[in-house]
Amino acid sequence: MIERRTLLAGVGLAGAGAAALAAPALPARAQARPEIQFWYGLAGVLGERVAEQVKRFNDSQSAVTVVPSFKGSYIEVMTGAIAAWRAGNPPHIVQIFEVGTATMMAAGPAIRPTHQLLAEAGVTLDPKQYLAGVRGYYSDTQGRLVSMPHNSSSAVMWINLDAFEKAGLSTTDLPKTWAQLRAATEKLKAANATAYPMTTSWPTWVMFEQMASIHDVPFATQSNGFEGMNAELRLTGPFFQRHVDFLLALQREGLFRYGGRDNTADALFVNGEAAISCMSSALRSRVEREAKFKWASVPLPYHADVVQTPKNGVIGGASLWTLTSRTRTPAEYRGIAEFFRFISQPEQDLWWHKATGYVPITTAAYERAKAEGYYRENPGADAAITQLSRAEPTPNSMGFRLGNFIEIRNIIQEELEKAFQGQQTAAQALENANRRGNVALRNFERANRA
Amino acid sequence: MNRKVIFKGVALPYLLLLPQLLITVVFFFWPAGQAIWFSFLRQDAFGIRTQFVGFENFADLFADPLYIQVIGNTVVFSAAVTALSIATALLLAVLADRQIRGAQGYRTLLIWPYAIAPAVAAVLWIFMVHPSIGLLGQALNGMGIPWDYKLNGAQAMLVVIIASAWKQVSYNFIFFLAGLQSIPKAVLEAAAIDGARPVRRFWTIIFPLLSPTTFFLLVVNLTYAFFDTFGVIDALTKGGPAKSTETLIYRAYIDGRVNLDLGSSSAQAVVLMVAIIALTAVQFRFIERRVHY
Repeated sequence: MIERRTLLAGVGLAGAGAAALAAPALPARAQARPEIQFWYGLAGVLGERVAEQVKRFNDSQSAVTVVPSFKGSYIEVMTGAIAAWRAGNPPHIVQIFEVGTATMMAAGPAIRPTHQLLAEAGVTLDPKQYLAGVRGYYSDTQGRLVSMPHNSSSAVMWINLDAFEKAGLSTTDLPKTWAQLRAATEKLKAANATAYPMTTSWPTWVMFEQMASIHDVPFATQSNGFEGMNAELRLTGPFFQRHVDFLLALQREGLFRYGGRDNTADALFVNGEAAISCMSSALRSRVEREAKFKWASVPLPYHADVVQTPKNGVIGGASLWTLTSRTRTPAEYRGIAEFFRFISQPEQDLWWHKATGYVPITTAAYERAKAEGYYRENPGADAAITQLSRAEPTPNSMGFRLGNFIEIRNIIQEELEKAFQGQQTAAQALENANRRGNVALRNFERANRA
Repeated sequence: MNRKVIFKGVALPYLLLLPQLLITVVFFFWPAGQAIWFSFLRQDAFGIRTQFVGFENFADLFADPLYIQVIGNTVVFSAAVTALSIATALLLAVLADRQIRGAQGYRTLLIWPYAIAPAVAAVLWIFMVHPSIGLLGQALNGMGIPWDYKLNGAQAMLVVIIASAWKQVSYNFIFFLAGLQSIPKAVLEAAAIDGARPVRRFWTIIFPLLSPTTFFLLVVNLTYAFFDTFGVIDALTKGGPAKSTETLIYRAYIDGRVNLDLGSSSAQAVVLMVAIIALTAVQFRFIERRVHY
């Protein structure tokens, strides 16, 4: 009994001692360093990397403390931040996925454009230092950054090399065009190399957005919405008709399997069920860890009879937005600007690129990675960068700035699903998607008219 | 005669009622009022530009053939979930009510699923019915039955109905078991002596005497199917494929939280509110008359 009491007292004393030691340091620190709240939506390994990136920044300076908080999926982060702004207590920085860009840009007083934030804080960042495909997506019509590029990826084609070998296909000369890909899937099926020859993640992003960009075909008018909210979808054009017909034929012959919406099909490639899949380049760390086979990642295929040389693809991922609040101090805004400058430094960006699989956001980091021989040691790690920067962007390949884009993506997925179920033809699916998507665009235009 | 507690004055009784009234106002009337007000507005996501549009949100909804389809889905889904969960629970309760060895343990096990969160229940079902990782899904495909609820709308509907009904069976089971145990044994024994076989005893005695319980469960289960199945649908199908498992509550969530259209989402919430009030009123007005207490 006595013994236990002594023990307890000892523990209490030790705890008090630790608290006393820590106590003087804490308040002083909190007073001197305003906190910058940063909400992000990356889970798992990628989420840990975001926390690490913030820690590197916090350790590098003593003016502010950035506090990272994981707030769920991209959609949850976005709706959460909007609700917080409406309630008057938003985070300083919020990570918004690329489809939310138009909604954020229309949010006027709720956001502080990055170029203005940097100018007011006296921080100069040359927009030219960012990769063209990344910069364009997040810039206004005058070429000024509205949000801060953060994690950018592109869709690439992932190939199970073991399955290719089993089917007697070359593991070095991989398919570049859809015709070559079709031939490969036929062989894969004949050899029964995997359960399904091919699948895709992100059906809308890959099969519509990336394909439109690569083939220099308009997805919507007004340069895909960059030039105004009155953009209209152009999904009924001959290119989409042809490409959806191509996919439906693949599916009918058992060469393609629809794996579900958004990224649910990721698992089909990683666990070896599908030999080919089109997925985000940022899946690299997961594939490295989980795939029990040899693999490669290469640029997405193109229709050689539509374009001789494919144009650039578009990015996916997210950027960082600065939200306003009545209680923000200039010191806090300066802290945000410093954080943005920090993550744009080539050495930080290079670390981020290698640690996550996202493309580097600056050309300097890309050049360094090349000079270091990173892509020789990790073949395929540059597939996304090659695809993003292989051509000068055209009005059709700059990116997308469409309101209610999340809804439009889902509409296209729904109509595609109906076509894959055999309930409608490609033409009907595109007609319906176009009509419903335009209603979503008009609703956005009505709600956001000044 | 019954004794009444009489308060002097009105201050104390109102004071005692206040906490309950406050909770009702803050958590029920205030949000419901907000939904009604928002349903007449059109706003951008941030609420920076707000416009009064009268009944336009409602007009848009009912002009949308997909919304009409969602109403149809909801009717099919709710009716199927209610019927399936009540019928299964009744069957299990009748079986568990007999004199069998280990009845206590058996009953306890039947109540377990109720303690599982909807999203977790959905994950369990994914492990069973997923076409490539689920046991049942693999077995069906192995037998040559093309099973893929991610692409087949009817199969998807079947999966969400079964998963939602399964979740509710335990709850219904408890009520039916209690109801069965309160039926006087003398009545059943008299019927047995008169030569009524078990099936006849069930339909002429047990089922009518259970009707208050069944009626109560009907109301509760319909409300459950309307509002509380969100987690199951979200985790299993997300309303897909091609909207075939989208119900009214799921659509209200998608339009409000994902598409950030608060006006339309609020209008849908108001429609739901009216529907469920009407449904409950109809049930009490017409079905309750046939219930034997």
